[in-house]
This record gives sequence, C-alpha cells and structure tokens, in this order.
Amino acid sequence: MFYASLCWEYMKNYAKTRLTYRLDFWIEVLSDLMFQALNLIFILIVFRHTPTLGGWSEAEVVFVYGFFMVPYGIFGTFFNLWNFSERYIVKGEMDRVLTRPAYNLYQILLENMDPPSLFGSVVGGIIMAVSWSSLGLPFEALDALMLVIFVIGAVLIYAGLYTALTAISFYSDAPTGILPLMYNIQNYGRYPVNIYNKTIRFLLTWILPFAFVGVIPASYFLDRNEDGLSSLALLTPLVGIVVLSIGLFVWNRGIKRYRGAGS
Amino acid sequence: MASAYLDFIRIRFLTMLAYRVNYYSGIAIYAINIGAYYFLWKAIYGTQTELGGFTLAQMTTYVAVSWMARAFYFNNLDREIANEIRDGSVAIQFIRPYSYLFVKLMQGLGEGLFRLLLFMVPGMIIVCLLFPVHLPTDPGVWVLYLVMLVLSFLINTQLNMLAGLFAFFVENNEGMLRMKRVLVDLFSGVIIPISFFPGWLEATMKWLPFQAITYLPSSVFTGRTAGEEAFRVLGLQVVWFLALIIPIAWVWRQARYRLFVQGG
Repeated sequence: MFYASLCWEYMKNYAKTRLTYRLDFWIEVLSDLMFQALNLIFILIVFRHTPTLGGWSEAEVVFVYGFFMVPYGIFGTFFNLWNFSERYIVKGEMDRVLTRPAYNLYQILLENMDPPSLFGSVVGGIIMAVSWSSLGLPFEALDALMLVIFVIGAVLIYAGLYTALTAISFYSDAPTGILPLMYNIQNYGRYPVNIYNKTIRFLLTWILPFAFVGVIPASYFLDRNEDGLSSLALLTPLVGIVVLSIGLFVWNRGIKRYRGAGS
Repeated sequence: MASAYLDFIRIRFLTMLAYRVNYYSGIAIYAINIGAYYFLWKAIYGTQTELGGFTLAQMTTYVAVSWMARAFYFNNLDREIANEIRDGSVAIQFIRPYSYLFVKLMQGLGEGLFRLLLFMVPGMIIVCLLFPVHLPTDPGVWVLYLVMLVLSFLINTQLNMLAGLFAFFVENNEGMLRMKRVLVDLFSGVIIPISFFPGWLEATMKWLPFQAITYLPSSVFTGRTAGEEAFRVLGLQVVWFLALIIPIAWVWRQARYRLFVQGG
C-alpha cells in the first residue's frame, strides 16, 4: 500500500515536471517512435534483397519485431536506468535514496520513470495486430492470455538483466558503462536465432536471454518450431523470474559496496 | 597555446585509461556484435553469392571494419556539450581563454586514440581470428584508410557538436540526441551498406554527410572502391569537413545570445 501510494506520488510529480517542458515530451515520443521505425527499416531493406531469413518470411520477422516492441516499451517506461552510474554514484545521489525508508531500487526506478516509451508498446501492438491478420493466424482467447504472460515474462527478463548490469556500477565506477554496448546485443534476439551459430545462440538464449524477449515467445504464435523455439516459449515467464531474482541479488549485494562520493 | 590543447588529449586519454575495465568487456561485446551481424548477413545471402555489390567475404570485412572504425570515431561529445549547457558550466567555458569547441574536439580525440589503441587494435585481431575477414595487403590502402578514419572522426564529431549545441535552443534535447545516434548509425552505413538502400534513399544519401563517416571509407578499405575513385572519396570527406564548419560557427554565434541556464 505504501509502495502504491509512493508510485502515485511520483507519477504526479512526473506529470508536473513534464508539463514544464511540454514540447520536449512530444519530441521524445516522436524520437522514440523514429528510433523504432529505423530498426524496422533494417528489416524492410534486408527483405528487398532476400525472400527469407533463415526460413522466416518478411511478415513473420515483422511480427517478431512487433512483439519485441511491446515489452520493450514497458521496460523502457519503468527501468530507465541509463544514467544511473553518473547520477547516483558519481554525483552521490545514492546517499539521499538510502536514507529513505522505501526499497532503494524502487525509489530509483520511480525517480527515472519514462512514460513516453509506452508509445513504443502501442505501435508494437499495432504492428503485431496488422501482421497477425496479414499472416492469417487464428486468434483465440488463449492467445490473448499467453500474450500477457509472455509480455510480463519478457519485461522481467529485461528488468533482471539491466538491474544486474546497472549494479556493475557499484563495483567499477566507470562513466561510460557497459549499457550502451549491451543495447546492441539485445537487438539480435529479434531475429530468428536459428541463423546464428551455436555459441551466439546459446548466449542469446541462456546467458543474456534476449531471445526470450523477441523471437522465442513470438514463435509460439507463429507456430515456428525451428530448433524447438516455440516449445521454449512456455519457459519465458520462468526465465523472467530467474533472471529478475539474479538481478535483484546482484543489486542487493552491490549496494552494500556503495560508498558515498564527496560532493 | 597548442600545447594546452595537446594536454586536453592527454588528460582525456589518461582518464579513459583509469576506467579501462570497461574496455575489456567492450572488446568482447564488439566481437559478439560483429559475429551476430556476420551470421545475420550470412542468412540474408542464403545461396546468393552477391548482394548490393558485396560478396559475403567483402560484407564480413565491411562489417568488421565498420564496427571497429565506429569504436574509434564514436564519442559522447553531443551529450557532454548538452549537459554542460544545461547545468550552466558552459558559461565558465565562455570566459576561459580557449575555444570551447576545439577543447571538446581534443577531448574527443583523446578518447578516440584510447579506443584505437586499446580497443580497435586488439578487437580487430580477435575478430580476424574468429571470422573470415580479408584485410587489404596494399600498404597504400592502409595509409589512405587511416587518413580517412581521422576525417570520419572529424565529421562525426562535427555532427555531435551540432546536435549538442542544439541544447541552447531546446531545453531538453535528450530525445534528439538519441534520434541522431540512430540516424548516424543507419545512414553512415554501419548497420546496412548504403548500396543496399532503395534507389531514392541511396540517391538522397549522396547529398548528406553521413556516408562519409563509415560507408565510403569502409568501401575503400574492403577494396570495392579503388584507385582514383578512392581519392575522390577522400576529397568528398574533406569537402564535408569544411562545409560542416559553417553551420557550427553559425550555431555557436547564435548560441552565445541564447544562453539560458536552468538552475545551478
């Protein structure tokens, strides 16, 4: 209850700050969407030169992309930790967070909320709906339920991975961080992972399970069972819980190493 | 005075050195990046031997070289400048006896040199061991490419400066910076070589500076562009470098009248 009211207060706060820079809000929404559009362009350009990608058609790859956008938008809204190291470690704002009674990570997430990202989810949903009908896939009640479960699972995977990666800042106070580089790797989980060699496929499935936020759950709906992809899909929520637990564990251990920076 | 600027290179280089742990992981991650693109392209080629004027071997080399070049020319000067404008520290820079933008350029160079030595070179060796990359044997091409790489750095830095200085005009340009980063990656040809673009987009790119950052130099290095044509590429880079000075100078002049410090 306390945590819910805290969330509400932060939301109100967010709205107030955002109303000061109204134009910027829309610029951010627009740039977010353009960012997604540009990724889509890659797929569209690639398919001008080849009919299939590892046996997957253009519509199927676009569908995977649409699915990928939905959890990513939700994750982007609540886990906007890109500037963590700079803001909380280097500038020492962590001190302020730690003196308060609420769970530190929760406070940090609320402080950095980024609701414009949700527009990405909406667009992803539209892309998925369009390709769903153009692929002529049947839509049943069970699909809707599975969709929700997969999206939640995927968000948990992102959350866990990025929490763990952000917690690295407690160990090495590097300013540029590993996150921007990781950003590229997450994109490879959108493509049919059967095109990669064993090492990369293993990496994307079990080490940095980005395949579970894109191609694996999407293959459940597409019914593509290359290398057992669609049967892996049911593991998505489980992987999510495991990864999140690891992430929180790393975070909680890391936070003990935090020493305030002099200001 | 010149030695003061050189010091900025040195200091940034040493700063980066202090945080080098980042870069060991960076090399691994770039190798994974290049690997993923290698397999992605392999799947795109399928049974075809040539696409967009590239053979698969050329494409592999292109991807590896482009990503490694990106390691050198990439910097966060746009964000640094925008942050300094937002927190007001740029006001102090105005009264110091040096050119703010030139200092930024030097800092970017220090960072670039660090990545060149500790990131690009070891990374390239690892990538060459893992993937079928064909490097040119002609030393002339290597020299020419190194010159081009410097120009890539300059042009990319100029674009970063323009984007960063935009913070003078919009209070929060975070979204713009993100958009710029994606545009540069796409249009410079790191993600897809420009010859793969649909005709109209490819034609548009000829009139924009982005291709001079990655696509053109990498084409020379992979041997798709050779001889006289290679020098024309170099010339084009120089033209863009000179041309971009104009808008930067203009924005910088305008900006001095617009400085509006938010808090601090």
